[in-house]
Amino acid sequence: MSTPSLLLVAAVAVLYSSGFYLLLQRSLMRVVFGIIILGHAANLSLLLTDTAITLPPLLGGEPGAQLSDPLPHAMALTAIVITFGVTTFLLALAYRVWLGDENDEVPDDLEDRRISRLREPEDSS
Amino acid sequence: MNVLLAVPLLVPLSGAAVTLLLRRNPRSQRITSTVTLAAAVVAAALLLRRTHDGTVVTTQAGAWEAPLGITLVADPVSALLLLVSSVVLLIVLLYAIGQDIGGLSRATPQVFHPVYLVLTAGVNLSFVSGDLFNLFVGFEVMLTASYALITQAPTRARVRASMVYTTVSLTSSILFLTGIALVYALTGTVNMADVAEKLGAAPPALRMVLALLFLVVFGIKAAIVPMHFWLPDSYPVALTRISAIFAALLTKVAVYAIIRTQTLLFARDDTSAVLMAVAVVTMVVGILGALVQSDINRIMSFALVSHIGFMVFGLALNTVAGLAGAVVYLVHHIVVQATLFLVNGLIRQYVGHTSLTDIRGLTAVSPALAVFFFLPALSLAGLPPMSGFVAKVALFEAGVATGGALAWAGVAAGVLTSLLTLIAVVRVWTRAFWGTPRPDMLEAREQLRTGSNRGGLRIMTATTGAMVAVGLAVALMAGPLTRVGLTAAEGLLDGDAYVAAVLGEGAR
Repeated sequence: MSTPSLLLVAAVAVLYSSGFYLLLQRSLMRVVFGIIILGHAANLSLLLTDTAITLPPLLGGEPGAQLSDPLPHAMALTAIVITFGVTTFLLALAYRVWLGDENDEVPDDLEDRRISRLREPEDSS
Repeated sequence: MNVLLAVPLLVPLSGAAVTLLLRRNPRSQRITSTVTLAAAVVAAALLLRRTHDGTVVTTQAGAWEAPLGITLVADPVSALLLLVSSVVLLIVLLYAIGQDIGGLSRATPQVFHPVYLVLTAGVNLSFVSGDLFNLFVGFEVMLTASYALITQAPTRARVRASMVYTTVSLTSSILFLTGIALVYALTGTVNMADVAEKLGAAPPALRMVLALLFLVVFGIKAAIVPMHFWLPDSYPVALTRISAIFAALLTKVAVYAIIRTQTLLFARDDTSAVLMAVAVVTMVVGILGALVQSDINRIMSFALVSHIGFMVFGLALNTVAGLAGAVVYLVHHIVVQATLFLVNGLIRQYVGHTSLTDIRGLTAVSPALAVFFFLPALSLAGLPPMSGFVAKVALFEAGVATGGALAWAGVAAGVLTSLLTLIAVVRVWTRAFWGTPRPDMLEAREQLRTGSNRGGLRIMTATTGAMVAVGLAVALMAGPLTRVGLTAAEGLLDGDAYVAAVLGEGAR
């Protein structure tokens, strides 16, 4: 077993951190981008479990040559399809929110707003 | 090869395809989905009959041997949950059909049926899946269907709420995928029985990190307290029949996944401090949240969060009695929570909203409604003849028998939560059900009863009644249920039978 490429590990780390950073933003578009990047990070880390990803999976190499493990590829493929589908749905939702409100800021929680409204009279007095 | 295991999965999926084709013909669509779910109930009942003595039934898809192929497994826990969830899914479907027939819902029924059946398939796959990746796929199928359902009859609030719901669920799915990648890197397999075998040799620190990661992943979906914030914001906004099925099943599937992974993959011998702390915090914080709400739907959503803690408490004890209590509690809670949300739906039908400040005298508006709320509410609080009492006593007994500061803390939190639940429920009862109804409520009732939609209303009332009856049946069946729970708990704690059944006899 060889060690995974340091470059790939670094890429995964960067993807995860930037994905989560974007997820914490208020703009819905950035949240969607955050999800997309996080999806890539997860898929890449699935591929990382195979330490011989540069080799062909199943067929293609000369007889007796080392092959890469096909299972992570299969799982990553499934996961890509799933994240892709849901991301499309998320984009549509973000668009609907934008249509409704003409902005895509994530608002405060309903209860939060109710509580802050309760506090308002005190502030004005 | 056991075909029975594939039925709860394949039948709803084919049903979804058929109902999609029948979208121009609502009548045959309704018949198809009812028949489909009835078939799922029968298959689940047969599975439970096969497994109730602790037998583990397995199927290897395509006859690929266990660690390589896709494995479907049913042991007493999964068969029991499969049966209860199929029954609840069937009843809520009939409720929804009543709502559609009466024209009482603004959702588009053509879309509802296929998506609902896909949701069923996802829930069932999660229960019978034998490997982590298929568990992920089951979760995704279930969640993707739920994203579509939560945006039914979209209003601005609903679109906002579903944005939160979708983002949070998707984040936890991505973490789940990361967890699978780590497990695969560590063990070279995703088959749960095989992982259980191989993780034993892994360094304890790595095991703990993975155990925590999976706890977080499923904890988000089960709405365990630090990770619960999305639930009271998204569930109450959705259509009631949809939040009923979400509250009853989606969180419970996650609880099942927590129980399965923490007992099988990360087996331990003692009471878990982390799980117990999480359980105590979930119970207390959840119910305190419920006490300060002024909307029945929100109260029920917070109570749902709180009562997830009871199941985690049973799991944290890590004894046969504790796990048996958790399993019985799961069954009880699926039914009761679904009933309460259906009742909320009826209230919404009569009054138009569920805000406590504007509702009075529901008993006079509809006596049946009062009974339908009263019985499951008492059960939720855990008063004696109801199923909640049976489940809670089982958990508390297990806690006392285990002893130690941790177990006692759990029991104390449980008793406190039960009392506070009673207060929350009584508050709803005195505010909404007592007193003289406002004149406009009586007018609305007359309109409903004499209008063209009264047939639909009758079906909705009847199905809610059926759900209450199922809740009573759970209480009546407490003896057999507890026996199945004990067998299930033994299987969960031991794990050898499960591993042997999946990997073949020679594995151990």
